[in-house]
Amino acid sequence: MQTWSLISICVLLGVVVRWGVSLNSYSGAGKPPMFGDYEAQRHWQEVTYNLPIREWYFNSTNNDLAYWGLDYPPLTAYHSWLCAYIANIINPEWVKLHKSRGHESPEHKLFMRTTVLVVDLLLFIPAVVLYCLYLTDGSSKKKVSVLLCILLYPGIILIDYGHFQYNGVSLGLALWGILGLGLGWDALGSIAFSLALNYKQMELYHALPFFCYLLGKCFKAGLIGHGFFLLVRIAAAVVVTFALCWLPFLSDPAQALQVVRRIFPVARGLFEDKVANTWCSLNVLIKIRTLMSSDAQLYLSLVFTLLAVLPSSIRLLTRPTFWHFKLALVNSSLGFFLFSYQVHEKSILLAALLIVPFPLCSMLPLLLKDGLLVPYAVTSTGFLLLSIYLLSALDHCTEDELQLTTYRKLFFFPFKSDLGCIVSITSVTLDPPSHLPDLFPVLVSTTAYLLFLGTIIHFNILQFSGPPSKKSQKKSN
Amino acid sequence: MAADGWSWFPVLAAGVSLFKCLFISSYRSTDFEVHRNWLAITHNLPVSRWYHENSSEWTLDYPPLFAWFEFGLSHVARHFDGDMLLLHKQNYASPPTVLFQRLSVIVTDGVFILAARECCRCVQTQRASQKAVLSRPSFILAVLLLWNFGLFIVDHIHFQYNGFLFGFLLLSVAKHLQAQHLQGALLFAILLNLKHIYLYVAPAYGVYLLRSYCFTESSTDGGIRWRSFSLLRLLALGSVVMAVCGLSFGPFIVMGQLPQVLSRLFPFKRGLCHAYWAPNAWALYNALDKVLATLGVRLKLLKEAELPQASMTGGLVQEFQHSVLPSVSPSVTLVCTLLSILPALASIWRRPRGARGFLRCLLLCALGSYMFGWHVHEKAILIAILPLSILAVESREDAGIFLLLSTTGHYSLFPLLFTPTELPIKVCLMLMFSLFSFSALRKLHSADGSLLHPLEVVYLLGLGMVALFSEVLFPLSPWKQRLPFLPLLATSVYCSVGVSYSFLRLYATLLRSDSKPKQH
Repeated sequence: MQTWSLISICVLLGVVVRWGVSLNSYSGAGKPPMFGDYEAQRHWQEVTYNLPIREWYFNSTNNDLAYWGLDYPPLTAYHSWLCAYIANIINPEWVKLHKSRGHESPEHKLFMRTTVLVVDLLLFIPAVVLYCLYLTDGSSKKKVSVLLCILLYPGIILIDYGHFQYNGVSLGLALWGILGLGLGWDALGSIAFSLALNYKQMELYHALPFFCYLLGKCFKAGLIGHGFFLLVRIAAAVVVTFALCWLPFLSDPAQALQVVRRIFPVARGLFEDKVANTWCSLNVLIKIRTLMSSDAQLYLSLVFTLLAVLPSSIRLLTRPTFWHFKLALVNSSLGFFLFSYQVHEKSILLAALLIVPFPLCSMLPLLLKDGLLVPYAVTSTGFLLLSIYLLSALDHCTEDELQLTTYRKLFFFPFKSDLGCIVSITSVTLDPPSHLPDLFPVLVSTTAYLLFLGTIIHFNILQFSGPPSKKSQKKSN
Repeated sequence: MAADGWSWFPVLAAGVSLFKCLFISSYRSTDFEVHRNWLAITHNLPVSRWYHENSSEWTLDYPPLFAWFEFGLSHVARHFDGDMLLLHKQNYASPPTVLFQRLSVIVTDGVFILAARECCRCVQTQRASQKAVLSRPSFILAVLLLWNFGLFIVDHIHFQYNGFLFGFLLLSVAKHLQAQHLQGALLFAILLNLKHIYLYVAPAYGVYLLRSYCFTESSTDGGIRWRSFSLLRLLALGSVVMAVCGLSFGPFIVMGQLPQVLSRLFPFKRGLCHAYWAPNAWALYNALDKVLATLGVRLKLLKEAELPQASMTGGLVQEFQHSVLPSVSPSVTLVCTLLSILPALASIWRRPRGARGFLRCLLLCALGSYMFGWHVHEKAILIAILPLSILAVESREDAGIFLLLSTTGHYSLFPLLFTPTELPIKVCLMLMFSLFSFSALRKLHSADGSLLHPLEVVYLLGLGMVALFSEVLFPLSPWKQRLPFLPLLATSVYCSVGVSYSFLRLYATLLRSDSKPKQH
């Protein structure tokens, strides 16, 4: 069969699976007074549509920051404004100031779900298709298999179309950035990644590898001459993009500062809820949150995060090849996830995107709270089945494959996925003992944490042992 | 590809089953309540009351074996939500109820998966294992059957048990293709007692089994050798069929309820066409009648007041009269149907072409009944599309007919899902299935030339235009209030053309091979 028809079928399947998941419940459905992320997004539409820009990030009678105040960078706010504009045309009740709080209806749900699908179709899915076509080695069958696996990855589907978020935008833009860099269009890639950063500050997890790769490339091209011009071009592109996004907030330094304060909430504490990172897992044994002051916690996480990500990024600086870049992306995002401050479990998506068969069980408690057990079970099982079948059916002739296959063999299919399954099933079916009410979420996050730790160690070793000798720029997926 | 023989089949089957689970919370039609009501009836009432119970409008109108099937399901239903089995709980649809009913369809689809596997075995060729998986006829057939668009949206969104029933039909066909005729006959007898709509294709079975099974040999030119008649085989066949029917209807005959059961199974009061006209010959007839009536009024040949008020396009299911052309009664439709299938039956009687000739005749019986039957549902087109998939992976001409019939037939099912939430689902799935069937069949038969005539391609593109009009342009236009039935009318009439054309082409293939010497 022709490749284009296979690709179209994969994309259509990806869209239908997403829409099927979106038929289910969303975060905070029917749970006043705070509801959940769905209501947060709707509230941002209400705020951005009705209030002038200078009031978006400030506390006022019209804008109660305690009720889902805006805490993403300006691009999210502009996107919310656009959605609100369309929402107002369809039904003004959805975005009326104050009166639309907690508004839930089937039509509104259809509208919100459609907005997620539209941005996915515009940004995320084309990026994935192009990535698989141009930056994946192997036969066309292999490219289509990778495309299918990435498109059907349950994590992003369940979070975006179930729980309700717009990760497709930031991940899509980041992927366009990776695509640009992989194809040698450094300035355009930088612009795309800057846009991603301005959409969700979590993309900072990926920022260090981008920086080191581009800087390393400039150094290699020679700082006197070609490399210098490249550096200037990239820097200009990034600065202009940031300036355009922050334009309304640059007139008054208090504005800009308030936005920064909102998107980096340093008052909140080392972690919230149960998340599969070091601090939460450590908290099981030593109660860090109470032992240390919040300033000390900040410095602790900073030090460990840098320790986790710097080796990989410095290596990338010295060897700026695309292969190193991809590995550094994985290591950096995992490092930030494991050691950073105020991490949310959804941030694991950033690492997961690049190593496709990645354990999902850490997000289970979140999904259970949203009533998304059936979609979780269906998409995870389907994905596991598909990736096992496709990976075993493909050729194993490249060395590159072998390294990742070793990783998969060591960590996944006998051990991790079984463990993940067991933990998932027990946490759903059994009731925890009364003196340990959080037993299962903690077990889930601790297990996941160990898996992630193993992953980051493996990929660091891989990056330092160098690429396979036959070809220097090979895909690792 | 290194994958061995059949490892892809479980992945396809498991994949589609998981996929079906994603749509548990989607739109359900009234058929959901119908089946819930039948669960309640069979669970609570004694057998003698099953066909008399009418406190709900959704009375039992399937044959007894299906009622027993519902009875069996009701015992499992008890563990999900006992309240769904209460008789007067109209429109009860708690989450466990929905989960149970949806899962019951997904699980009973296991019969269909089994049948698909058997059919794939029948089309496996010698050279198959050397080709890549995606190019094998058995793989293509498996996808065309397991991931069939029409079956998916009718069963897993609209809600029905067609997968379960078609499993029996396809298994029976597969058994005949494998020359195990008694098993095939048994399966068909069970199927008839599960849903009597398959009476449409019973003549094909009757003629084929009588001619090819009861007469053990044919003469050299394909004619009958009367001496080879085997009474033993006829008796075996008869006893199998009688046993199944006896098991099914026996209790009701003993209780003297046979007339009541039959009146429930064959309700002729319902009108020539369903609220949405199935794209058959009568849809074209109705449309012609409407056109002539409008022309007559415009040209002052008819008075508008004299035209019957009950408009067919009003969406009500009632008996009505045509305005200009003569009205059609049930007996007329019966005669037309019989006339349309007689040549096919005669053809395989005179010159049997083995099991594939039988399959072709079965298709023609299904299509003939669809074209001229009384109160045909548009879902009945699946009885033609699914078995045609088997022929499509074997012959280029059948592949061309399949592409036309399946695309038209599947599109004609669009009005079944009219909610905006389901629009992306039906559009994407339709595109997926069409893309796959076109690319895969084209590649499979690439050595023999192109599959579709340019005019047929134009027709299919026109189908896209009709879709755009009905789903996008019309709802946003000012005519939506004045002429709400227009998209349905357009869909029905446009698809009738395609279905009629496919019917004629299939007939041509059968009759053409009749004049040639015996094929297989």
